Parts: sequence; structure tokens; C-alpha cells
Amino acid sequence: MHIPDGFINAPTAIATGLLAAGGLSVALNRIRKKLPPRRIPLLGLASAFIFAGQMLNFPVAGGTSGHLIGAVLAAVLLGPSAAVLVMSAVLILQCFMFADGGLTALGANIFNMAIVAPGFGYAVYILVRRFTGRTRRGTLVAVAFASWCSTVAASIACAGELAGSGTVAWKAAFPAMAGVHMLIGIGEALITTLVVATVAQRRPELIQERSAPDLRPGYGELIAYGALASLGLAIFVSPFASGWPDGLEKVAASLGFEHRAAAQPVLPSPLPDYAVQGIGSEWISTVLAGVIGTGTAFVLAWLWARLLTPESGRNKVGL
Amino acid sequence: MTHHLLTPYRHQSSPLHRAPPAAKLLAAAAIVCAVALSPRLAWIAYGAAGILLAGLAVLSRVPALYLAQRLLMVEPFAVGVALLALFQTNGAAVFASMLVKSTLCLFAMVLLATTTRFSDLVRTLWRARVPAVLVTTLALMHRYLFLIFEEMGRMSRARRSRSFSGSRFASWRAKSSVLAHLFVRSSERAERVYAAMVARGWKT
Repeated sequence: MHIPDGFINAPTAIATGLLAAGGLSVALNRIRKKLPPRRIPLLGLASAFIFAGQMLNFPVAGGTSGHLIGAVLAAVLLGPSAAVLVMSAVLILQCFMFADGGLTALGANIFNMAIVAPGFGYAVYILVRRFTGRTRRGTLVAVAFASWCSTVAASIACAGELAGSGTVAWKAAFPAMAGVHMLIGIGEALITTLVVATVAQRRPELIQERSAPDLRPGYGELIAYGALASLGLAIFVSPFASGWPDGLEKVAASLGFEHRAAAQPVLPSPLPDYAVQGIGSEWISTVLAGVIGTGTAFVLAWLWARLLTPESGRNKVGL
Repeated sequence: MTHHLLTPYRHQSSPLHRAPPAAKLLAAAAIVCAVALSPRLAWIAYGAAGILLAGLAVLSRVPALYLAQRLLMVEPFAVGVALLALFQTNGAAVFASMLVKSTLCLFAMVLLATTTRFSDLVRTLWRARVPAVLVTTLALMHRYLFLIFEEMGRMSRARRSRSFSGSRFASWRAKSSVLAHLFVRSSERAERVYAAMVARGWKT
């Protein structure tokens, strides 16, 4: 999901840069005020850990392999603001040392993977856990679902930035990014829950809520990340929301025929003239697909957590 | 074993290596911004940037093969994103121009990383008054990156030597367990690092 240089235009680069700087300064401010000094070295070590974790390949079908992003993992283990800083540090190092992710796209990458992914993911985690309870199983359901949601949300923000820059048509970017990351998100959820479950079992005192209970995440910071994420989505994604592709176009795009039929200009206009008539069925079908996908992800998260906690939900130990 | 992949910096003596890191950082940022934010299909501008970068590469005295290797490591990501651009009118020309643009930017960043130590870049950020917590995090991350990588390699090797492949589920479970214990060890190391830092007079 790292956007290289050259795929983002100046307005998008500046807007995402401002959003990233805003989120990062909220995180730094919160850490300066609340984090006890003894936990500051952990931020550096945890950044190195997340970086190393991203390099560990997990075999998927057919010789391909996937890897962790780690945003929700960092948020659950360290707390949301620390996760924002840790993920930003990872992206900055990848940009400067390995040219992985562009310099002009650094703001966009930080916004997607270091603010939307951990901030939104953590909010989902807190919200879901309120319903599933603080038992071990309930926590793992929340972790699994939050990891999936954070991956998909980050990919949608990424698609919006690419389309908003006029690099890639929204019709190609959105299904490719969101569709692929709905699958990648499953892997992310599996790995994150396995890691959290093992840490919770062996060394529960290392997880943020136990190790720094005075550092309980305030609603203020979650609201700040949520506001930044929604602002970004409003800027980059909403102009296209009425132009979502219908089923036929999606098939055409995936088969590679679309360029033949496309009358779409290089810079897609936010509201193509046919979009208004398509608002009804197209829009509803996309929303429906999203709801079904999210519902399926939640059921899978629950089944997975059940598989991992055979001792039944009576275990009230939680994290 | 992974060290040569993890350290892009190549120690040599050249005018580019000796140039102050801040100047190199600013120059790289200027080149990248100019190329990345220039309009599409501006082939003359790309040519000029290419000649400038080639000149700098010659000045750096880094073997061309080494630079090409590092470039090839990151190029697939750019190609992947650029492929999405084929699905539109005039796709081929846009694809080519984006590929050239991103390759030039990648080359600029590769050249910066090859001729400048990351610790020097961190020091530059420190002088530029970037918030202390971020600079400390970056510095410690870079300091312990290699250690944690080796630790992960050792744990993976120990796992491989004790288990005969098994199912995919088992391998995911085992790898996740490696990650979990890597986090445990990183946390413990962080506590020792903190004690050592305090013992040497570190203050927030």
C-alpha cells in the first residue's frame, strides 16, 4: 500500500501532508503529556519490531506470500497514540532508507497507514469490545474485526488519493484496492489475533492496558484521529462516491477490457453526467456489497476467536 | 545475512559522501518534488532530471551495478501502481510517463540513502527542531533494527530446525508465535535500554 513518488499530484500531496502532520502532532502532544519516560525507549524498539514484523512472509496459496501491516497490532499492544508514532517512524525510515514509499507521498502514506489504520482500527476495537465483552474471546473478536476494518479503510483512503490525483481512474482504483484489501485484511486479522492471543497468554502485563493503566486512551485523541480520518475521506473519497462502478464495469475492469470501452478522461470528473441517474441502483448495490462484506468479516472474526479460545467464554481473565 | 539488504549506505570517499547531510536531504527533496509534481508527459523535464541524477551518481563513485540493484529492489512497487493507470484512455502514455517519473524519484532517494548515513539524517532532523520524541524513536529504531532482525532470524531458524514444515495453519501459528515473542523480547530490551539510558544521565 506504499504509494511511490509520481503518483500523487501537488494538491493531494499538500492536503495529505497537512492531515498527517495534524495527526502526528496530536500523537506527539499526547505522548509528551502522558507517556511515562520509562516507556519512551519502547517506542523505538516497537518501531523496529513492527518493521521486522512487516518483513516476515506468511505463505498464502500458490507460492505467493503476504505480510503484516501491524497498525492494529501496535495500537492494541501500545495504545493508539503510540501506534500513530510507531507506524509513522516505520514509514519515515522505509522512505529514507529504502525508498519504499515516496517522499512527496510520505504524507499520504502516513495518513493511510499511520493515522487512518491505527486510529480507525483502535476505535473499532474499543467499540466492538464494548459489545463482545472484555473476556479473552470478546477481545480477540474485536482485534480480528478491527484489523480487517483498518486494512480496508486504509486501502480506500489510498484509492481515493490516487484517483483524486487523476493518476488512476476511480473505477479501476476502488475495486482493485478495496477488493484486494478485503482479502488481505483477512490475513492481517489472522496474524494480529494470533500475536495478541500469544502475548496475552504468556505476558499479559506487557499489553498497554495492563502495563500502563494510567495511560488509558482518552476519547479526545480517538475523536481527533476520527475527525482527521473522516476529513480525509470526505476530501478524497466522497467526490467519487456517486460514480461507483456497476457490476458490468467491474467485470470489464477485472478482465482488462475497460480501456476499450472507457470514455473516461485522464482526469476523472467528480460527477460524470450519468452519475445522477445511476445513484439509485448502483449506489445501493455498492453499499449492500460493503455491508455484506463487513458482516461476513465480523462473523469470520467471531468464528476465528471461538476457534482460538476453546475454553469457552467463561474465561473472564481477558487482556 | 540480511545486513547488506538492511544497510543501503555504502561507505566510500567521494564529494557526494562528504557533502553535508542537510544539503543532500534538501537537494534530494527538491529533485523529487520537482519531478513528482511536474505535469505528465513533460519528457524534456524528465530528461534534464535524469542527466542531473546520472551526473550525481558518477560523482558519488558508487558502482552502477550497486545502484541498479537497489533500484530494482523497489521498482516492482512502482510498476504495480502504474499498471492500474493502463485502464483509462491514453493509458499507455500515462503509464510510461508515470513509470519514468517514479523511477527518477526512486533513483534520487536511493542515491541519498547510498551516500548518507541514516544517523546523519536523524541528526539533521534533530537540528531542524523536529520534535524530540519522534527523533529519539527514529534513532532508537535504527539502532536496534539489526539486532531485532537477527533475533527474528534466530527464532525463525530455531523453529525451522524443530518442526517439519507441517500444514499452512501450523506455519502461520508458529510464525505468529515468533512475532509475539519478538514483541516480548523487544519490551524487555526496552526496559534494559531505559535503565542504561538513565544510568548515563538521559533526561526527557
